[in-house]
Amino acid sequence: MSEASELSAGGTGTMRPPHPLLDIRGLHKSFGTIEVLKGIDLAVSPGELVFLIGPSGSGKSTLLRCYNRLEEASGGSIWFDGQEVLADRIDINALRRRMGMVFQSFNLYPHMTALGNVTLALRKVLKKPRAEAERIGMAALEGVGLAHKAASYPGELSGGQQQRVAIARASALEPGLMLFDEPTSALDPELVGSVLQAMRDMRAAGMTMLVVSHEMRFAREAADRVVFMDGGVIVEQGPPEQIFGSPRHERTRAFVSEVAR
Amino acid sequence: MDVLLQQFFNLDIMAKALPLVLQGLKTTLLICLIVIPMGLIGGVLVALASRSTVRALRVSVTLLVDLMRALPPLVVLILVYSGLPFLGLRISPLTAVVIAFFLNNAAYYGEIIRAGIESVPAGQWEAARSTGLRADQAFTWVILPQGLRNVLPDLVSNTVEVVKLTSLASVVSLQEMLYSADMARSLTFNASPIVLAALIYFALLWPAVRLVSRLEHAAAR
Ligand SMILES: Nc1ncnc2c1ncn2[C@@H]1O[C@H](COP(=O)(O)OP(=O)(O)O)[C@@H](O)[C@H]1O
Ligand SMILES: [Mg+2]
Repeated sequence: MSEASELSAGGTGTMRPPHPLLDIRGLHKSFGTIEVLKGIDLAVSPGELVFLIGPSGSGKSTLLRCYNRLEEASGGSIWFDGQEVLADRIDINALRRRMGMVFQSFNLYPHMTALGNVTLALRKVLKKPRAEAERIGMAALEGVGLAHKAASYPGELSGGQQQRVAIARASALEPGLMLFDEPTSALDPELVGSVLQAMRDMRAAGMTMLVVSHEMRFAREAADRVVFMDGGVIVEQGPPEQIFGSPRHERTRAFVSEVAR
Repeated sequence: MDVLLQQFFNLDIMAKALPLVLQGLKTTLLICLIVIPMGLIGGVLVALASRSTVRALRVSVTLLVDLMRALPPLVVLILVYSGLPFLGLRISPLTAVVIAFFLNNAAYYGEIIRAGIESVPAGQWEAARSTGLRADQAFTWVILPQGLRNVLPDLVSNTVEVVKLTSLASVVSLQEMLYSADMARSLTFNASPIVLAALIYFALLWPAVRLVSRLEHAAAR
């Protein structure tokens, strides 16, 4: 088990370890001449669930993708679990498997069963023998209530089930941090609940989570902190009661009332 | 009518020619067994190179592909067979056939496989990389299998084409099936051996042709 997950497993209570698990300073990102992230500072403590909200195009996805370097930041620094993510010589693949990512469109491998999806990285990245990978994979599917669908292909699963398999695929690697990019936005309303439940369970187990989502009810109930982004900057952040109840900034207020409607 | 049967469907002559034609079939199958896997591997390499970030690689691959699509395969074969000796390289007919077919197949399979790879959504790549798979692992386990599956009808169809083209090897005196049948024809002054070869080609390829139709129908649904 990595240091990060040990830390986060113990970090659910009131005690806050002194060092953030994820620490972003002055992050910039441009696509050509268009600056999408204009200096983001954000720290996430072990065991914390941080919600990231903001209008479409404000740079939320880009920010998440900079963390595991699916997108290369143009400037600034990212520290994860005591490692400098943007360093040249970093083992990016080792880092990525410790930052689980869940996508809006699930992105399950359609040519593999649910279990195949979950075990691929266990076998190829962590070099687990097949039997052990399958044992871990089944446990991860069990964790999202889908052990009985292990042999099903993604095309045979509902959207909610697919997203839970995607969550199992990431969590089977025992990441220290989970990144969610609008995990329920592509789902029919009646399927959202099961995915949120899987995320709730994950949180209860002490996982550190950074969630881009507009599920405000879930944010109020589960988030430690809500961060509002607009136009490539963090406008305001605070506990959910503050952001949803009495936002300090006009832009936050406008956005929250828009989404709440 | 009798003349037609005598000249084209003469069973006696077919029976006599059969051992020779089967001998040729063996060579035809041997050529296929060499050039199809090589062509597929070459095709994957061409597809990768044509998407490379290295410009020189992209340009040379584009050149190869354009050349192979524009030149008649027979011209390539004769160029290789009778051209390489001028460079001091004496090669056997089989080697010439393998080289010429490799160039041609790599280009055609390459274009098909590239289209397949490009049809795989970017999210697949991102999901694979986000779990820590290296680029080559993501390609091998996630992208390529889906890409190949997406263009399976074209791959099978091109493979049928390759099997048919092996008959070109007769031109450089490689004794594959057409060469053997033609030899039997000239010995017997009768076209029946050629008909025999045609029947064998048909028996060999018809299932594959049916398969392509089925796959294309399945894809269109
Ligand atoms: N690969 C890219 N190339 C160019 N522009 C991009 C790219 N990805 C995102 N953008 C732009 O960056 C801005 C922020 O996008 P994104 O991070 O997806 O926002 P959000 O997730 O908050 O909706 C948008 O204006 C978008 O058009
Ligand atoms: Mg987004």
